[in-house]
Amino acid sequence: MSQNEIVTDVVIIGAGPVGLFAVFELGLLDIKCHLIDILDRPGGQCAELYPEKPIYDIPAFPMVTGQGLTDNLMQQIAPFGPEFHFNRMVTKLEKLEDGSFRLETDADEVFLCKAVVVAAGGGSFQPKRPPVEGIEEYENKSVFYAVRKMDDFRDQDVVIVGGGDSALDWTLNLQPIVRSLTLVHRRDAFKAAPASVNKMKELVMEGKISFLLGQIGKLEGKDGQIDHVHITMDSGDLAVPATRLLPFFGLTMKLGPVADWGLELNDNLITVDTEKFQSSIPGIFAIGDINHYPGKLKLILSGFHEAALMAQAAKAIVSPGERVVFQYTTSSTKLQKKLGVV
Amino acid sequence: MKIHVTDQSGVEHELEGLDGWRTMEVIRDWGLNIKAECGGACSCATCHVYVEDGWFDKLPPPSDDEEDLLYSTLDKKPNSRLSCQILLSDELDGMRVTLAPSAAKDSEAA
Repeated sequence: MSQNEIVTDVVIIGAGPVGLFAVFELGLLDIKCHLIDILDRPGGQCAELYPEKPIYDIPAFPMVTGQGLTDNLMQQIAPFGPEFHFNRMVTKLEKLEDGSFRLETDADEVFLCKAVVVAAGGGSFQPKRPPVEGIEEYENKSVFYAVRKMDDFRDQDVVIVGGGDSALDWTLNLQPIVRSLTLVHRRDAFKAAPASVNKMKELVMEGKISFLLGQIGKLEGKDGQIDHVHITMDSGDLAVPATRLLPFFGLTMKLGPVADWGLELNDNLITVDTEKFQSSIPGIFAIGDINHYPGKLKLILSGFHEAALMAQAAKAIVSPGERVVFQYTTSSTKLQKKLGVV
Repeated sequence: MKIHVTDQSGVEHELEGLDGWRTMEVIRDWGLNIKAECGGACSCATCHVYVEDGWFDKLPPPSDDEEDLLYSTLDKKPNSRLSCQILLSDELDGMRVTLAPSAAKDSEAA
């Protein structure tokens, strides 16, 4: 197995708002971070579930959207040069004999670090399985929830279901290489970039793809290979010949591998203390929605506070014996230099 | 005001509700098995409930967003709603709902 090995001070699991702010607090203490996230971009729930929805309880922001908050955090942590590893899930986390940590991802990477920060919110985002009986037997054979290799779709009869950006983007990207493409959505309104919607409609007008207003029904096929997808429409049931199905029904969160790392859990949340926000395994911290302590409130602002206290404790692990002088960004030239403002 | 919530194991709970609260918030606050992962933003479908006859028709119709999400669940029925979109008012005093299997925490059926 050819594994890519990355050595760093701290690995942060989860690049949501709290994971991002942890980069800032750790960065002020000269700690270098790598972040791993299952999504393809930073922001976590804020970016995936409600990018356009307003948030009203971030201190000093009377209103900010999920995406706006993410963008601002990315700008705030840029001076610390965090390194992002998107589209992967941490599958394994173990403490080595010398007290350091080893993580593995499903992208065949290994991370070696001195401390780990779990900022994984509600867990890892996984595609939602559409409400179709028996779809499991076709998964990863002819039914896919993501396009990993475009070539798997070349010269195929493809049915894409959904009305969001993923459905529209893949309709446009795959159309030139497929044999036929049918987009299915249950209403004639899309939650996707207007330019993509317009392009899709042009392709329909030109007869290059089909659009069906309806819902996905049963699948026909054998040995994992579909041959027909039934679409339920107002006018009745239509069996569409198909060799590939791409359902985009959004994402949902599952705790996932976190449960297997030997951490003390409370109702699927990681138990931490409120001085260091450290888990039952010293050197593994948990901040944000994924942790539990008496009085916990699942608020982004609580996660920010937890990140600041966690960073002090992580510093003692990353640089043992080093004296940490508490400083303010308003007055410390040292901190201002790190931020690149002087 | 009171609402009656039947959980996934069939146990009925009488919960004290508050005018202006979302039904999801009341259910979550009382510690029943509801995931409600997006926190009430009408962005997941993990606060899915079935609203009993006589109460379903009293609710304002679902938004397009809510309908899209309901169609993404495996266990949608004609009386399905997302409980984060049911704002409690005196009119709904006594409402009866049942938690859908797909509303359960870390459920496979989401």
